[in-house]
Amino acid sequence: MSNNKEAWGSRVGLILAMAGNAVGLGNFLRFPVQAIQNGGGAFIIPYLVCFLLMGIPLLYVEWSMGRFGGKNGHHSTPFILDSMDKRKFWKYIGVFGIFTNLAVAAYYCYLESWTLSWVWHSVTGSFSGQSQAQVASFFGNYISLETLEPIVFWIICLVLNTWILSKGLSGGVEKVAKVGMPLLILFGAILAFIAVTLKAGDHGAINDGTLGLNFLWTPDFSTIWSPKVWLAAAGQIFFTLSVGMGSIQCYASYVRSKDDIALNAMSAGWMNGFVEIVLGSAIIIPISVGYLGIDTVVEMTKNGGLGLGFKTLPYLFDQFGGALGVMCGVLWFGLLFFAGITSSLAMGTPCMGFMQDEFGWKREKAAWAFGFVVLLLGLPTVLFFNYGVFDEYDYWAGTVSLVVFALFEIILFAWVFGMDKGWKEITTGADIKVPIIFKYIIKFVTPLMLAWVFISSLPGIWSQIKNEAIDKQILAATDPAVIEQLQTQLLYVNISRVGLLLVWLGIAYLVYIAYKKRIKEGRFTS
Amino acid sequence: MNSSALIMMLATEIVVTLVTIYFFIKVLKTPPKEEPDSFSENDK
Repeated sequence: MSNNKEAWGSRVGLILAMAGNAVGLGNFLRFPVQAIQNGGGAFIIPYLVCFLLMGIPLLYVEWSMGRFGGKNGHHSTPFILDSMDKRKFWKYIGVFGIFTNLAVAAYYCYLESWTLSWVWHSVTGSFSGQSQAQVASFFGNYISLETLEPIVFWIICLVLNTWILSKGLSGGVEKVAKVGMPLLILFGAILAFIAVTLKAGDHGAINDGTLGLNFLWTPDFSTIWSPKVWLAAAGQIFFTLSVGMGSIQCYASYVRSKDDIALNAMSAGWMNGFVEIVLGSAIIIPISVGYLGIDTVVEMTKNGGLGLGFKTLPYLFDQFGGALGVMCGVLWFGLLFFAGITSSLAMGTPCMGFMQDEFGWKREKAAWAFGFVVLLLGLPTVLFFNYGVFDEYDYWAGTVSLVVFALFEIILFAWVFGMDKGWKEITTGADIKVPIIFKYIIKFVTPLMLAWVFISSLPGIWSQIKNEAIDKQILAATDPAVIEQLQTQLLYVNISRVGLLLVWLGIAYLVYIAYKKRIKEGRFTS
Repeated sequence: MNSSALIMMLATEIVVTLVTIYFFIKVLKTPPKEEPDSFSENDK
């Protein structure tokens, strides 16, 4: 018997929690880098087209699947999917909707703890007077665990997440979203204003902040027909909306069947777009170009925006001097912290919902169990960060798993459950008129786009399985110490991969036990 | 900023901001459905 009596407190709270789920560090660190690498201002065209053809349809699908499952008391994807078709294997596809949340939370909480630590160091002036190389080296020493500080901040972060989750949806998650999202937007707006009004010569800047904006937004229309650019846009839309994870279905499963999901989905989805496009584009690139120039920024962003955000911005904020520098550091890392925690909380709820629904666990027990499993799973990403374990988790759980699950769920919704029933689910109780064209987009266009994204990523997946990148580095290396380090990395990467597979199989086994338990108790399956 | 960058930026940001505000205001202005609904704060 389920102990799950959760409910949302208010509609605004639900939308802010759902927007907070979508808004993550990638809105500020990934989007601007993707834009400058894929045609500047012209990138927004494929980005918005993918949002309309893939992002919005997936939002509608996941919200309606969640509400549909909630009607029968299902709050996690295994039995939500199971209730949509009589074939028994769908519940095992639904395992992805728990696995992804657990595995992503395992490394994401560590990333989130950096932001907390960097807030602390901004306040205490750790970056004050340091050179750019020294700040970068601070980051290197941090992730190499030269002190126990990273572990302390990680544990604090995990305990904080778990404690909030133990307070429930309206008493924990929703309260954090109601405080965190407005603060995030406020912090982002202040930083964007400072970045855009930065003038060459002020605080040692060599360029105006607007040069960075100009660089980011100048459209290179020659890129518009490049499949690489469209794939990058589709990928960005996919990851920014947190679709394919199972967390949207879980949040929506607490919405009653007569209540709206269509307007809620649009409000939360566009709020994420606002944070990404308006705020995300106006902070990191304008400030970095203002101090370092375009060429240096292009070079530094070749491996993504993480380094720029954590290794370079603290140094640049210090150039502002005094209270302004400290304030900007606190605002930037505070903003990233709120972006992170509202997402990591969303990762906890499907796992808790599953244990509450299937095994009758109480909320507090489910929350602390989630925290404990994330601690165990996350430990290798903390201890062996330099051996690629963090990246390996990110690749399989944070990239491949999302695409696979989204592809399956769109096929289930549009072709197995049926688009007529699906359309009824989307439009029941809707407070807006959903354009009928989305019925056809969901049935034909979105599955094709997802299949294209998946097929395009197959060579990369195969290359990852064969460890081609590390093998190439080993072949190119001449220093025996470097070769030994790479071989150790290979070992850790392979172990973490097997570990993730075992986690998936373990969850599948739990789903099997839950299914047998349901049969024994005569409870509804499909 | 050059004019093409400025047009691209302003057009995109204005559209995205207006659509976001439109949907959020619509949420705020839509009266709650009859009880029992999904939100515990409406129960009072």
